[in-house]
Amino acid sequence: MKPTNIQDPEYFHKVVDCQYACPAHTPVPEYIRLIAAERYTEAYMVNWESNVFPGILGRTCDRPCEPACRRGRIEDEPVAICRLKRVAADNKEEVRHLMPSIPSKKNGKKIALIGGGPASLTVARDLAPLGYEIHLYDEWDKGGGMMRTQIPAFRLPESVLDEEVNYILDMGIHTHFNTYVESMKEILEKDYDAVFVGTGAPKGRDLNLPGRQEADANIHLGIEWLASVAFGHTSKIGKKVIVLGGGNTAMDCCRTSRRLGGDEVKVIVRSPFKDMKASPWEIEDAQREDIPILNNMPPKEFVVENGKLKGIIFGKVAAIYDENGKRNLISTGEPDVFIEADDVIIAIGQDNAFPWIERDLGIKFGKWDLPVVDKTTFQSTVDRVFFGGDAAFGPENVITAVAHGHQAAISIDLFCRGESVYNRPAPYTNLVSQKMGIHEWSYDSPVVVDKRYLVPHAEKKVALSNRTVEVELGFDAPTGFKEAQRCLNCDVQTVFNTSRCIECDACMDICPTSCISFTNNGEEEDLRARLVAPAYNHTQDLYVSENLPTGRVMVKDEDVCLHCGLCAERCPTAAWDMQKYLYQVTKATPIWNISEQSTI
Amino acid sequence: MTYIKPRFRHPELPKNKIGFAKADYEGAISTLCGGCGHDSISAAIVQACYELSIEPHKLAKLSGIGCSSKTPTYFLSNSHGFNAVHGRMPSIATGANMANRDLIYLGVSGDGDSASIGMGQFVHAIRRNVNMVYIVMNNGCYGLTKGQNSATADIGSLSKGGAVNHYPAIDLVGLALELGATFVGRSFSGDKTQLVPLIKAAMSHPGFALLDVVSPCVTFNNKPESTKSYDYVRAHLEATATIDFVPEKEEITVNYPKGKSAHVELHDGSIIHLHKLAPNWNPTDRYSAVNRLLEAKMKGEVLTGLLYIDPNSQDMHELENTIDQPLNTLREKELCPGSEALEKINASFR
Repeated sequence: MKPTNIQDPEYFHKVVDCQYACPAHTPVPEYIRLIAAERYTEAYMVNWESNVFPGILGRTCDRPCEPACRRGRIEDEPVAICRLKRVAADNKEEVRHLMPSIPSKKNGKKIALIGGGPASLTVARDLAPLGYEIHLYDEWDKGGGMMRTQIPAFRLPESVLDEEVNYILDMGIHTHFNTYVESMKEILEKDYDAVFVGTGAPKGRDLNLPGRQEADANIHLGIEWLASVAFGHTSKIGKKVIVLGGGNTAMDCCRTSRRLGGDEVKVIVRSPFKDMKASPWEIEDAQREDIPILNNMPPKEFVVENGKLKGIIFGKVAAIYDENGKRNLISTGEPDVFIEADDVIIAIGQDNAFPWIERDLGIKFGKWDLPVVDKTTFQSTVDRVFFGGDAAFGPENVITAVAHGHQAAISIDLFCRGESVYNRPAPYTNLVSQKMGIHEWSYDSPVVVDKRYLVPHAEKKVALSNRTVEVELGFDAPTGFKEAQRCLNCDVQTVFNTSRCIECDACMDICPTSCISFTNNGEEEDLRARLVAPAYNHTQDLYVSENLPTGRVMVKDEDVCLHCGLCAERCPTAAWDMQKYLYQVTKATPIWNISEQSTI
Repeated sequence: MTYIKPRFRHPELPKNKIGFAKADYEGAISTLCGGCGHDSISAAIVQACYELSIEPHKLAKLSGIGCSSKTPTYFLSNSHGFNAVHGRMPSIATGANMANRDLIYLGVSGDGDSASIGMGQFVHAIRRNVNMVYIVMNNGCYGLTKGQNSATADIGSLSKGGAVNHYPAIDLVGLALELGATFVGRSFSGDKTQLVPLIKAAMSHPGFALLDVVSPCVTFNNKPESTKSYDYVRAHLEATATIDFVPEKEEITVNYPKGKSAHVELHDGSIIHLHKLAPNWNPTDRYSAVNRLLEAKMKGEVLTGLLYIDPNSQDMHELENTIDQPLNTLREKELCPGSEALEKINASFR
């Protein structure tokens, strides 16, 4: 193998698994250390700079970081990264003075944002400090988009949502609420220099089975029903409720039903339990509220008597997998099952819908009626129209929408300044030694076995009595500290200097997880099998040195490195050093300087 | 300050034949200087015991005083151990071995502990062919007392302070050959591919097995002009042969070219394979070993590898004709067989 190029900003970035997995690349270990140091305000700002909605995401994020967490590879459970984010948000002090000021003199450019959700708000935050005049359109009377309409208040209190949405709206954003944009043509005819579309995936999928029309009064589409509850238009549901679908929206629907009078709420999915799309923790929360989940039961017919819904008839299937692993749901031949219901909520997915974009404006649409959008620049086929969030590539999640927003803001700024949108800024990176003394590092290097701490919940009876009572109470500060200490500081990198190595084997001998080998070079596959501990996790790189005096190379498998620093501590010549790597996605405007606030 | 070794281990580390992982043969975290050759030797001992599937309670580690003699803390924490007075480890080992012949005895000593204060003990353990592995972690200096030259420092070698050594070195390997040792090897802490099979072979040898391991002192004796430094040893390394150790009843899967390899079969059926043999050297011929050693010394080479092995070695117990049962398990019934037995013995003298 060729020597590893550690000058490539992505090499060490990839070692920080959580940050790499996060669509917005939030510097996770950095803010976790700030939490451990009780510097919650700074921890919040590290988040805010990157993911814009720390309080919201600390409660509702899909957490792609957690399955990636290195702790999960050496212990059962990853660090509770998401809930630590909430600790920062819950305990922070005044933060407004740390946020960028908005110039009173504008730069003369006007931007329209269609939709008031996370993608649009991110664009607004990144561009407002540069002096752009920003107009935000939304059909509802408040900003937040799906974060407000689809996430129930018992998971995300309105006060948290309002606070973080208002940080942005208070940047002098011109809001046009209660305004449903009916025509893109009209928007384009106004004098906007650029238009950003962040309208999400607003159409809930329906289920056209026999009886659907007759029972319409008691059949609801998940996301529309949740929005109606959020705005107080709906406050009741029947005693017996069936929720169809196995995603997170279905989980929110069934739990909301329990709070609006649903005593017997069931979730029924057509496929096996293990194939459910909902996050495991959301499923757990639903089950904890006495909601059974029945699987392998596809609905066949809505049963209607005297014009009123009585229930649903379900078939029974089993999942059969062919040799390619493709799933087929085959009837088991068992008799159909009738399940009573006063109300049914259909939460089987959602689609993009752009009925308001005229098709003769030059904005091309492709597969599944999605707009043709550049994956890097988020520019559509009309150069001043940009898309982001679910509107760009279909339903994802909040953090992905935020990541899109940052990139779209960069494109819009470049576009308005007349530069190429492909002229992307490089990430900000910094690599600094953490050595303080012979056996001293500036970070807390010892790694101990420590199980993940549980987040306490509100009492079930209280929680179910009111849909605005938050279920999760969050970590208190002492538990937050303990959970923060589980972080392995993966951003403190093991950096190897070939010219200093005397090949004494000290690092190889001390390494608790046998990551380091000194051996003859070879092709990657061959090398992976020959290391002290074989390196079969191909998602993790091998760090290969240049040739050493004996002709061998140092090979480090990044997979289960604990970043404990023992290799560098035992190294007599400082060929190993522990160096903190900061990787920050460059934004359209500098928001907050992380490196100046660092704990270490 | 982290003198804490995390308890996590690589989740895919394999287990040996008796179900132990390598971590089960480790010890406490080392307090020696980072980069000390002794730590590499400790790691080689761990590796060898793991590969041989030794039950930890079947091994006793013994040492004297010195940096080297601290190392038993850093390996095999599930085995028996005895830390003797300076230079007195061989007599403790002899006594322990006499009392319980069922254990594997691993003595760890240094150049001071063996070549100076303990020389008298060292030579008699060889003479008696005590069944043990005797590893000398040889760094040519007294590291614990700030790096004065030891008795194994070579003439002309430069210490950290800049003083040149004027006294000739005691060559423990040459001495052992002269005294009739039945297994003599030398190795280098920085070469585990050689050291691990040598330790394994030494552990299977019935009798006294000396391994003189050059082990650089990174703090006091690692100048390029020191003959015990990493740089010097690597530049002057010369091996008698490449060595493989095949434990008892294991299938041999490697084929070596004829004429350039030799096999030595041990008592228990294990085989030592030596290939790429040095010319004019036969591992079972003491005379050729002595010659080869002198030749290397004249050329300024650090000759490593297995130097001599006596496949017909008879250890102290065989020489003394003791019974197979460990003496420490003999009970009153066996020890006081009664007047009838006494009569028999007395009759034999009449």
